[in-house]
Amino acid sequence: MIGRRDALRMIGGAFAVAGLPGAAFAAIPGNRRLIVVLQRGAMDGLAAVAPLSDPNYAALRGSLALKPPGGQEGALALNTDFALHPSLAQLQPYYAKHELLVVHATGNGYQTRSHFDAQDLMESGLSAKRGVSDGWLNRALALLQHGDQRLGLAVGGATPLILRGSVPVASWEPAGFREAESGFIDVVARFYAGDDLLGPSFKEGIKAQNFSDEVLGGDMKGGGGFGPQSFKPLCAAAGKLLAAPDGPRVAVLEMGGWDTHVGEGAEKGRLATNFAGFAAGLDALAASLGDAWRETAVVTVTEFGRTVRVNGNNGTDHGTASLMFVMGGAVKGGRVAGDWPGLSRLQDDRDLRVATDGRAVMKGLLRDHLGLDTQALARVFPESAGIKPMDRLV
Amino acid sequence: MPASTMAALTAACRFGFAPKPRELATIGGDPRGWVREQIARRPEALPNDLPPSQRSVAMMLEARKDKEEKPALKEELKKIYLSELDARMRAAVLGDAPVQERLVQFWSNHFTVSAMRPFVRGFVGAFEREAIRPHVTGRFVDMLLAVTKHPTMLLYLDNAQSFGPDSRVGQRQNKGLNENLGRELLELHTLGVDGGYGQADVEALARILTGWTITPLRFPDAGIFRFFPQIHEPGDKTLLGRVYREGGVEEGEQALRNLAAHPSTARHIATKLARHFIADTPPVDAVQRIAKVFQETGGDLRRVTLAVVQEEAAWREPLGKLRTPNELVISAYRIVGQAPKPGEAFMTLKNLDQPAFLAPSPAGWPDVASAWVSPETTLRRIDWAQTFAQRLPDPPDPAGVMADTFGEMLPEEVQQAVRRAPDKRMGLALLVASPQFQRR
Repeated sequence: MIGRRDALRMIGGAFAVAGLPGAAFAAIPGNRRLIVVLQRGAMDGLAAVAPLSDPNYAALRGSLALKPPGGQEGALALNTDFALHPSLAQLQPYYAKHELLVVHATGNGYQTRSHFDAQDLMESGLSAKRGVSDGWLNRALALLQHGDQRLGLAVGGATPLILRGSVPVASWEPAGFREAESGFIDVVARFYAGDDLLGPSFKEGIKAQNFSDEVLGGDMKGGGGFGPQSFKPLCAAAGKLLAAPDGPRVAVLEMGGWDTHVGEGAEKGRLATNFAGFAAGLDALAASLGDAWRETAVVTVTEFGRTVRVNGNNGTDHGTASLMFVMGGAVKGGRVAGDWPGLSRLQDDRDLRVATDGRAVMKGLLRDHLGLDTQALARVFPESAGIKPMDRLV
Repeated sequence: MPASTMAALTAACRFGFAPKPRELATIGGDPRGWVREQIARRPEALPNDLPPSQRSVAMMLEARKDKEEKPALKEELKKIYLSELDARMRAAVLGDAPVQERLVQFWSNHFTVSAMRPFVRGFVGAFEREAIRPHVTGRFVDMLLAVTKHPTMLLYLDNAQSFGPDSRVGQRQNKGLNENLGRELLELHTLGVDGGYGQADVEALARILTGWTITPLRFPDAGIFRFFPQIHEPGDKTLLGRVYREGGVEEGEQALRNLAAHPSTARHIATKLARHFIADTPPVDAVQRIAKVFQETGGDLRRVTLAVVQEEAAWREPLGKLRTPNELVISAYRIVGQAPKPGEAFMTLKNLDQPAFLAPSPAGWPDVASAWVSPETTLRRIDWAQTFAQRLPDPPDPAGVMADTFGEMLPEEVQQAVRRAPDKRMGLALLVASPQFQRR
């Protein structure tokens, strides 16, 4: 729950200007909201939505292949070809209501397997790295903004590159420190194992924390962490802020934990846990937006996909294509969109090939949901004239 | 690893906070020379819109004048407090005189004033700027005089309310002595607890210092140090076997000069400096050598600090002192070359249990690892590392930061984890959470 104080913590946010009529944001048609979720670390798209009917699927995925729909722990059928990961079950009702669209085999128009470079490009919206300091969503805001109201909102900490630029945006984060996420703690634990002074106290601290988590339960932690369970409170907070009549209209959320080199697993494992947190978050976002959900589009994007085959650690390494979810009351969902490149021929003999440039999805949303024209789209995504906006997203 | 890089890193961490981008290259192959050059500098100039103590003290007196609540003045004093923290943090994080800033913070902690007594909150920062900064490489006695006469110290340790029982005002209003400042001067500021003084000396020094107070509100210069003869205890006093003839304010000045020159003070200061810069349990002979320089130079702090740098033990590897939370925060921001947002430093340090100018007692913050290590605090450092990275407005490439700052001292395992981190913030968090980064 966002208290008044938390809302006021939004740095110079629209909330400081109380009682603004919604019409102040007339540049956006109606009262539409666009929420971008950045999945940092490269989500395994083949695990999120499995191409179960692809003849090569089971053989290539090996131990990562999902069980067919129907049985215990089975994947959740979306249509005759694709099925949702069982840990994404909370998203299935949205698909059934036609509020969830899958765009499979998406990429971001570059060939790099470096997280940093790929994330920079995903957020700058460009095709090649060249010291850019503003993000495509901020460039879009510059075209939508009227007056000094803050349409943009960064949730969860510093403003990510995608929202940086000439237009000031609001930000919100939970007060105090957030508990470090378990993947991070696991790595750090190795560093501390041999430390005479800090090692023992580190171990004791973990024990004490586990105990209090057990006693208090996960819900007591609120927005207090970085792990998969911390995404939900951030989403709930973002939904409340976006639902406010004079609140922001464009927001960015971030979620990590997708870099599943080790212990990715199939129905169970690190990725399953992350999916559950991710789906719970999106569900909470829908709930907290209330009536505003009807005019909302959420789009999720990750910097690249992962290898089709399992590696030596029951995980996957950096790949090429992944997928995007488009979700919301405004979305024409209940479909898996985009061409399916198939698994018979792989990028560099290891990755899913890109069928749809992610910018086509973003352009489609900017045009049909937020009302930007072709000229405006060219300014938001320069050097992408060949990439046509995707039709019929909303 | 090249020995010269490690020595440069030792110089930057042990005598500064941590190398900022490109600083190791500046230090180059002459780390001792770099530290000496740093010691020859002046501390950073702080923004000149920070108010002098007189103004904030007068504001505090005004706020407490009668029973009426004055929220606006209190709010103003709080704002000054936060601005002081930000200014000091920026100087340490972004500045080019890290050794000077370390010295400022060392001496500020030695002469602790703390907003645990909330009425001094508005001028703890001014205390450091006015009484500490100008003297960190000057003479100890000058710092001691400036500190003891500073309104913040006089208010914090109650001397402003200490009355000679036989003074005119003491007689008329039946008010008496407050020993607080007298005791802490002997125990903490000069001789040290085993420095060879007794209860009679505490009382004598308290009597000597009666009349050292601040100008009250009804005077035009309200809020500055002032000696009031009408509350000064008349007569001769005997301190450490020496008789001080009745001499008004000069009694106290003479007493402080003698205390500064006392061999116990030299030993006490040398021990604290060695503990701060060398090891929790510093080598006895190092302390003796530093104390000797203190004694021989009449407490010339430039020479005394150089004597610390001269000690071989100060250059020993690996780095063995645990960074305090305050040093950890400064160092983390320093390696990325960015300062925390205004107001953020206060909350961060509070959450890590070391809020600036809020030491629990006049003894200041502890300077040994055992006082800072607990299961909860160790985890909190790690939690903070991730929060720190998450909140950085513009996270630099962690591999670049690592190579440019303290990568040389990291085991391969840590370096690899940083290079393989899935995003910049995670890589920076791993750097700052590493056990090596907890040391200086």
